[in-house]
Amino acid sequence: MAKPDTLQGALDLLVLKILSRRAPLHGYAIMSAVEEISGEVLRVEEGSLYPALHRMEEAGLIRAAWITKGNGRRARVYELTARGRKQLASEEARWTAVTGAVQRVLKLA
Amino acid sequence: MSWMRRFTNLFRQGRLNDELDEELASHIDEAIERGRSAEEARRAFGAELRHREQSRDIKLLPWLDALAADVVFGWRQLKKHRAVSAAAILSLALAMGATTSAFRLVDAVLLRTLPVADPARLFFLATTYIDGDGSPDYRDDFDYPTFRRHRKTVGDRADLMVVGMSARQDAAFGSSDETEKLYQQYVSGNVFGVFGLQPALGRLLAPHDDLTPGAHPVAVLSYDYWTRRFGRDTKVIGSKFRLGSARYEIVGVAPKGFTGTEPGAVTDIFIPSMMNAQAINSPGWSWFRIWLRPKTGVTPEQIRQSLQAVFSHEHQERVKSFPADTPKLTIDAYLSESVVLYPAASGASDIQKNYRRPLLILAVLVVLVLLIACTNVANLLTARAAARAREMALRVAIGAGRWRLIQLVVVESAMMAVIASTAGALFAGWSAPLVVSMLAPPEDPVRLILDADWRVLGFGIALTVTVTFLFGSTPALRASAVKPISALKGGEDPHSRFRLIHSLIAAQVAFCVLVLFVAALFLATFERLLNRPLGFSHQRALLVETEIRGKEQPPEIWAQVADHLRQTPGVESVALSGWALLTGNRWVCSVVVAGRAAEARSPYFLDVSPGFFETMQIGWIDGRDFRPGDVPPRTKEQNLPLAGVGIVNEAFARIYFDGQNPVGRSVEARQNKNSSAPLEIVGYVRDASYGSVREPIRPTVYVPIGDRANGTFVVRTAGDPLALAPILRREVSRARSEFRVHNINPQSALVRRHMIRERLLATLSFFFGGVALVLAGIGLYGVLNYSVIQRRREIGIRMALGARPAHVVRRVATEVFGMVCVGSLIGLAGGLACERFVESLLFEVKATDSGIVMMPILTLGAAAVLAALRPAIRAARIDPAQTLRSE
Repeated sequence: MAKPDTLQGALDLLVLKILSRRAPLHGYAIMSAVEEISGEVLRVEEGSLYPALHRMEEAGLIRAAWITKGNGRRARVYELTARGRKQLASEEARWTAVTGAVQRVLKLA
Repeated sequence: MSWMRRFTNLFRQGRLNDELDEELASHIDEAIERGRSAEEARRAFGAELRHREQSRDIKLLPWLDALAADVVFGWRQLKKHRAVSAAAILSLALAMGATTSAFRLVDAVLLRTLPVADPARLFFLATTYIDGDGSPDYRDDFDYPTFRRHRKTVGDRADLMVVGMSARQDAAFGSSDETEKLYQQYVSGNVFGVFGLQPALGRLLAPHDDLTPGAHPVAVLSYDYWTRRFGRDTKVIGSKFRLGSARYEIVGVAPKGFTGTEPGAVTDIFIPSMMNAQAINSPGWSWFRIWLRPKTGVTPEQIRQSLQAVFSHEHQERVKSFPADTPKLTIDAYLSESVVLYPAASGASDIQKNYRRPLLILAVLVVLVLLIACTNVANLLTARAAARAREMALRVAIGAGRWRLIQLVVVESAMMAVIASTAGALFAGWSAPLVVSMLAPPEDPVRLILDADWRVLGFGIALTVTVTFLFGSTPALRASAVKPISALKGGEDPHSRFRLIHSLIAAQVAFCVLVLFVAALFLATFERLLNRPLGFSHQRALLVETEIRGKEQPPEIWAQVADHLRQTPGVESVALSGWALLTGNRWVCSVVVAGRAAEARSPYFLDVSPGFFETMQIGWIDGRDFRPGDVPPRTKEQNLPLAGVGIVNEAFARIYFDGQNPVGRSVEARQNKNSSAPLEIVGYVRDASYGSVREPIRPTVYVPIGDRANGTFVVRTAGDPLALAPILRREVSRARSEFRVHNINPQSALVRRHMIRERLLATLSFFFGGVALVLAGIGLYGVLNYSVIQRRREIGIRMALGARPAHVVRRVATEVFGMVCVGSLIGLAGGLACERFVESLLFEVKATDSGIVMMPILTLGAAAVLAALRPAIRAARIDPAQTLRSE
């Protein structure tokens, strides 16, 4: 499988992280969680969020289920799989390494 | 799992789209709830459709999507060229059906393992010998005293089993006198145990059922017979039936699927071997095979060696008792006999032995026909691919990958293969039983387990895949190798694409010639066998096999019955013989002429009544017929030889009297080791076939018939012999109540029985030869036609420049006919090379006969000319002006 680019990698990482804390969530909730926690700094585009969710679902990192909400509408909620948990750990480590390295370069260069 | 989901997604695209829509709608709802304006929320989302497409592309493997499109497109292509596709599919279906049919037969006769425990460690015993024609053969039937000796030799190192030959018998169930035919098989008590079989009902035969001759009237039904005859009635246990002279009790039903040990025969009833009471202590009465399973840790070779040691010793001893004047050749041949163990995992039967080679040969022919059909379709697709070069080029030009093009062609091929294999399976379902019915005479049919099980299904799938690969790969690769520039410019090198087609044509012709060559061999064999003079007339001759309940009767009593039969309307003449000619029974007895060395092969003897030669219409040369009161040479008590009379045939006179008239001469007929009785030759008759139609006519001595308990009335009828059969059956018993008819056959059926294998081979190879010829003809026609169409422009230019039509035709035909010649030569060489393999099945035919060599070449030549006719005319009729204008 092709290597995901960095931006997508970041989005995936955020989604995985959020789902690891409070699952299960539907798409909109994930989107607002990212915005809230990041203090409105990070914004997730709907246009990238759903393809990313479906891709990760295909890859078996998250799984989806339909639930019926109070207003009678159905919503599709996502939660982490064991594989996704593993993926999150390695992605997080990679991210920390990369950002740490960037920090060092900014500080020392 | 995710792959599976993608696959299922393909078939529920509609639902998938709905789900995506719903999810996106619920997102917008959520946004509105949180206070965003509906419009803004929607705008943030952008075009819903775009999202849907992006998400869907991830969920659906695009490849599968494309595949579905290819199937639709392929179907359209097939429909577009309806006639050509139908022809291709039909020929493919025929060839695949024949292949499947051949596989089912080969599987049922040779491959299918018995449903018993550990079949790989089952063997049957045989002894090799040199037959009358000097070729090696083996026999696998044994007598019970021999079985006892072998069992002693082997000891506890292996289980030795008596496995009788499945035999057709009359049985009467319950208290009724009505008899019905069933197949019965004697087995020793340990057979079911060693085979590890469990009863479906009641119990199976055990060793304690097989101890004393005649004392165990118990029987086990096969599951199949229990179902067919009794509708699986469990009350059948304990019921009685009469078979031969004994009444048996049914004690159990064998497990489902076990129908005996002989492929080609299905056993209905198993009976303990001890119930063949008279045979138990009779040396030389061979009536069963010996099967064995070595105990764990013992190899079959160890068993064989110890049996061989005893066997050799016995042979050495027996040679000492041979008459002193036995030729050395006979003794050497006798001593060279040896013991062999053949694997019995797939059972053992005469059908297997007789048809192993014919079936394999037919299978090879069928595969050749299949290859021809595949070549045809490959050519067709290649031609079509070339015609579609522009389409392919366009696809490449707008970005289709090579794999995409290969897939396109492979899908089309696979569709044809699947349709053809389905039609072929139907054809096989019809043809396999038909061929089975041709394996044996209708009176005693071959019964084969021909279930369409997973093996047949697996074979069908493997065949379809192979066939797709065979004819689909070349066109596919060619399609993918298309060069957009040259194709869109209007054509590439016009010769390059013909090279492949031409070599395929050569291969096709080679296969076809090979099939025709083998067909010619078998046809000639059958024709020669059919036209072989038998020396007697089998027209309107009926053989009434009669036995006496009770003790044997003198010839006078038999003559009374014959007289009675003569009074029956429609009967022309009646005579009696020990058995009929061509039954396969042979009575061999050595004869010595004073002053001559003994011959290596002894003459045949047959006991006949007066009037036999007249009834059989065997030509008379000199001397007289037998008279009542004539006696054969024989011995009295204390070995006292008594003189008798005999009538001999031409072969006898040729070998023993150098062709001189033997009437009035006397010979010594050996009675046993130490004595022989004089035989005076009173008559001299023409040659007539005795043992088999194939063998050269052997010296034969006819002697007067003596006291007998059974015999065969030969009845020459005025009209249809079979119409008289029921009347004669009744009349025999009316003449004398202890006389009973147990079988009636027309003599012609016996003659036919000797040619059944040759007839089968001739019929089927003729059929496949015809199919191969038609397919090859279609192939040639297609290629020629196609090349004329493709080269229209070139031909037009040539004609415009002044080429004559004849010249044009020659140009078109030359290279193709070059390929036909090359193919023919290769095919012929192949035919000559494989002659050794078919040799044993031929009769008075040599592969090097000029007629045999010419037949395939001429037939194929004629077919090629016929196929070339239309394309040639088409080429000659090309109008240069029109052609050039259209380009």
